[in-house]
This record gives sequence, structure tokens and C-alpha cells, in this order.
Amino acid sequence: MKIVVQSEAFDLGAEVDAMRRGRTDIGAIASFVGLARDYNAGSGVQAMTLEHYPGMTEKALAALVEEAKSRWALLDVTVIHRIGRLLPGDPIVLVAVASQHRGEAFAACEFIMDYLKTRAPFWKKEATPEGERWVDARASDDAAAARWNLP
Amino acid sequence: MKLRVLYFARLRERFGVAEEALDFAGVTAADLVAQLRSRGDVWAEELAAGRAFRVAVNQDLVALDAPLPEHAEVAIFPPVTGG
Repeated sequence: MKIVVQSEAFDLGAEVDAMRRGRTDIGAIASFVGLARDYNAGSGVQAMTLEHYPGMTEKALAALVEEAKSRWALLDVTVIHRIGRLLPGDPIVLVAVASQHRGEAFAACEFIMDYLKTRAPFWKKEATPEGERWVDARASDDAAAARWNLP
Repeated sequence: MKLRVLYFARLRERFGVAEEALDFAGVTAADLVAQLRSRGDVWAEELAAGRAFRVAVNQDLVALDAPLPEHAEVAIFPPVTGG
């Protein structure tokens, strides 16, 4: 398992290679990469800054990976979330899940993202032509998380 | 009892404080929110009933009826928007 909060960029290919290296029991790896968009809520976005709660963030990410492992037979999980200033097109978050079969990998990857969106203490602030603004939480994210009957 | 209270994101900016040590005479997270609300101004506005905010105690999300332990690290912040 690898759980990291960092300001640096990450490389999906390198992370997936690291997951596979030296083992032949993995039959499926599903991954998700979230990117910073150049448009949100009716205006252009020039940059965003991600703030987090050091300590709680790592604890919350570890808890959501443990919850995923309790629900599916997972062989490995990598979660990387960036903080600090990001530009449109920059990767923000990576989740990669390895399992024997695709079903577990697909489901756990989506579960981890839905859980992260509503439970991990990160906040986005966008720079727009009209000024800076904090991003509001979306009801659709709560609905996505609710599908999994989180504890 | 003594508490350490942290604020994040929009609430940190609006309150103009990231962290404070607080004397607390209540029991639950809701009691702490009521104590902060009684400061008036932005505190009353941001922590008003119906406003969306979250409370964590010792780095775990809790409901407002959760009791606060001595020397707890309590954080109050807007709904999260990572990912």
C-alpha cells in the first residue's frame, strides 16, 4: 500500500509499473487520475490551490484504503493526492488498485474516489478572472458516496 | 477543560485565525460551536444553524453530539472539496 500527500507531480505509468514489479499474481489494475480543469461553475479557472489538514489527511486516506480492503480482495492500492498550487491540466489525484480480477479493481477504485471526495480533508481555492474563490462541495459527491453505505 | 481548536480553508480566512487554545466548559461539539457562535459577527454568521461545516475531534469526523475529551484537538472546516 502506498498513500502519499505531496506537492510534486506524479506519473501514472511509473506508479503502475511499481505496483506490478516483481509479482505475477496480479490480474487487473484499475486506475483513476483527476485533473485540474480550466473551467468551473461558470467561469474560467487560471490556477487552483489545494489546502489540507496535515495529520488528519493521512489518517483519513489510510482509513478509506482499509475500508476498501475490507470490502474487496485487493492485492495493492496506491493513493497520491497533491497539495499546493496547480494549473489547468495538472494531475491532482491518483488512485490505482490491483486485484486478481477486474471487478474488484474497478469497484474499489471508484469507491476510494467517492470516499475521498467526501471524507478526506482537502479544500480547493480557484483563481478566476473575477478573483479567488473557495470551491463549494457538491451534493452529487455526497450522493455518489452514499451509494456505498459508508459507515 | 482545555481544547486546541483549528480552522481550515474558508473558515480560517473568515475568522482570521488558524488555531487557538480555548477554555471550554461544555460537553459536546455542539456546545463548542455554540460558544464560538456567541462571539457574534462572522462567527455567528458562519456557524449559524443550517450552515454547512464539519467538525473533527482528534482528526476523526464526528457528529455535533459527540463529547469532547480533555485536551482534544478539534477542527472546524467547510465540507471537503478534494479529489
